Amino acid sequence: MNTSALENYILKTADDLLVLGHRHSEWTAFGPVIEEDIAFCSMAQDKVGQAQALYNVLHTTFGYDHPDTLAFLREEGKYTCAQLVELPNGGYDTSLMRHFLFDHAERVRLASLVSCPFEPLANLAKKFKGEVEYHVLHANTWIDQLGNGTEVSKARMQTALDELAPYALGLFEAIEGEQELVEQGVVVSEQDLQAQWQAAIDPILEKAGLAAPDWSSITPVVGGRKGYHSEYLAPLVKEMSEVLVIDTEVEW
Amino acid sequence: MATIKSLDPRVARAELPTEPTEVVLNPEEQWETYEVFHQKKSGARHIHQGTVHAPSSELAYTFAKEQYGRRDQTYSIWVVKTSQVFTVENDNSLYKTVPEKQYRNAGFYKVRDKIEKFKRQMNEH
Repeated sequence: MNTSALENYILKTADDLLVLGHRHSEWTAFGPVIEEDIAFCSMAQDKVGQAQALYNVLHTTFGYDHPDTLAFLREEGKYTCAQLVELPNGGYDTSLMRHFLFDHAERVRLASLVSCPFEPLANLAKKFKGEVEYHVLHANTWIDQLGNGTEVSKARMQTALDELAPYALGLFEAIEGEQELVEQGVVVSEQDLQAQWQAAIDPILEKAGLAAPDWSSITPVVGGRKGYHSEYLAPLVKEMSEVLVIDTEVEW
Repeated sequence: MATIKSLDPRVARAELPTEPTEVVLNPEEQWETYEVFHQKKSGARHIHQGTVHAPSSELAYTFAKEQYGRRDQTYSIWVVKTSQVFTVENDNSLYKTVPEKQYRNAGFYKVRDKIEKFKRQMNEH
């Protein structure tokens, strides 16, 4: 098994979850209604918790730094999240659309990892399943509600979808060594995951009255997996690590 | 001298109409309430927990799951539009006779023999 590729695979999966979890958490106390606020910040916690569990696998199995150090004390260029998760929240329309696009991708990824021969990863994929099922239900319900809502809500969701589509495709940017991992049956190729993802989201978008993009004609925004990020990641990391940077030895 | 208008809401009060005005509730802005019923285990009954505001049954369910199902053990959840719950105004007056009709309650018969024995004793004295 190409362990360094596997490590990078776990790291990018964790980085996506950490950064999106942080972005989601920025809505806490600013959600449109209290019921939604509770649901959204609860999902933010789930994401950060999943990231922590994945960092912990890197820490205990592959000798990486402690999860806190990995999460908060890396330079911007060492993060391998896709640029989709770094983007600022924008309006609630954009946040919900990103949540929809991301969570369907996470769901197909986790389903593909349930049979991963690297057991710690397969176990986590099983453990996260229930949480992600809810995240997908939440996202689908909102997409349907707002797509089939008023002219205004429909137009806003369509705009959000069109803006985020190239970034969403960046979630499936292959990492170095992926080919080898695929051949060894460790992971499913990003290309296959993307096809499964499109097959899952297109009918939901259609039912919501939204026009699914012509995915093959869109140029994906890539680079995140290699450490190239948008201007938004550095300030996010700075804010996220603010407390820990004051005293890196602090006991939580 | 220029007058500075305070931004403090305790000082600069909103100018609200003194006479009541007609309030129009837009269903997209004023969501209905749904009653939430929570089932702990398979086969157990669904127990009323509280309410959520939502624009549809689907979103009511989605909110109820996090609000009432994320801490306790949960097997399933029901949501019902509050407006679909039927009752009769001041219906508690219908039930005021119940305490006097304890013979309708099985528990009443378990103590009846003891009470009658006690009554007989009281009469003998």
